[in-house]
Amino acid sequence: MIGRPLSKRTWLHFLPAGVKLLFVAMATIIFFWVQNPIVLLISLGLVLSVYFAAGREAVLRLKLFRFLLPILIIVGLFQFASSGFFDALTSVSRLALMILIADLVTMSTPMMEMMDAFLPVLYPLRYIGLDPAQLALAFALVIRFVPVLLDDWMRRREAWRARGGSRGSWRLVAPWIAGLLSIADRIAESLDARGFRRD
Amino acid sequence: MQTRDLVRVSLFAALIGALGLTPRFDLPIAAGVPVTAQTLGVMLAGVVLGARLGAISVALFLFVVACGAPLLSGGRGGLGVFASPTAGYLAGWIAGAFVVGAIMKILMLRSIFASAFIASTIGGILVVYLFGIPWLAWSSGLSLKAATIATATFLPGDILKAIATAMIARSYFHAYPRAGFVPL
Repeated sequence: MIGRPLSKRTWLHFLPAGVKLLFVAMATIIFFWVQNPIVLLISLGLVLSVYFAAGREAVLRLKLFRFLLPILIIVGLFQFASSGFFDALTSVSRLALMILIADLVTMSTPMMEMMDAFLPVLYPLRYIGLDPAQLALAFALVIRFVPVLLDDWMRRREAWRARGGSRGSWRLVAPWIAGLLSIADRIAESLDARGFRRD
Repeated sequence: MQTRDLVRVSLFAALIGALGLTPRFDLPIAAGVPVTAQTLGVMLAGVVLGARLGAISVALFLFVVACGAPLLSGGRGGLGVFASPTAGYLAGWIAGAFVVGAIMKILMLRSIFASAFIASTIGGILVVYLFGIPWLAWSSGLSLKAATIATATFLPGDILKAIATAMIARSYFHAYPRAGFVPL
């Protein structure tokens, strides 16, 4: 579930991202209709074996799904109380199955490849004024500016602490946002100055 | 889209991501309970950027997450998040940011605090739950009632975030009147 793709290339890496996405979409639709817990458990075993076949890093990745356990337990208990053991087993194994299948794609596809695979689907957005070509720039800006903004936050917090404040205050958020918007406007100006205008 | 809007939307999406990673801050009312929250970012997106750009910003953030960036709180990301029973809340964020922005624009009460609080309670909590609860119920086979009870445990935290949004909105629009919110 932690998004980062695996560092080592596995055989899954060689499939085109679009094919993998189609596969996930189909699997999701099919498994929604399967009511038999045994079929679901066997499929779950198969998917897990793909993880094990993909190497140690993929198996360690399974640990990152811990946060899902409370949700699965709650769903299981509710289902068990209302409609019995088999329904609970069906729901829980289906949920786990779909999440693990979806993560196989994320695990084996670099982020930029994934974005390219989504582009054809997003093409209709043009008609409401969103150019998919602009999306590439927006995507890169998001990735680039998360660490910049975190760093900016840390500096503001240090300054706040140095003046006797606590570990961080809500009062720092407004200037943080204002700073962000002024950086944004400067970036926009320099992009336009370099000829990036696609209105 | 204008380049200016495009970059603002992107940087705000980055801010939502940054909010999920480290920043924690104390609220005077919550007496030391640290607030860390991306829903706060969603409410703020509507308040600061307005309905349309706010919703686009949240959608862009979710798109980057879907492509595999581990930017959801707790370092989650990837397609698995959208296959999980909590995906409805994420979809609700987009509509939520839009509603927050729209209500903010309609209300324009004398008090920025009150407008932002009402806007983020309706948009950032109610609308998000309207998407999240049915999806949770449908995808996991829970009854709507059980899904609502499970969701209600997040309500106190979410109300705190609406209050935080209102406080931040007030200090933001007071300090930067050029930002555009004109209270009557």
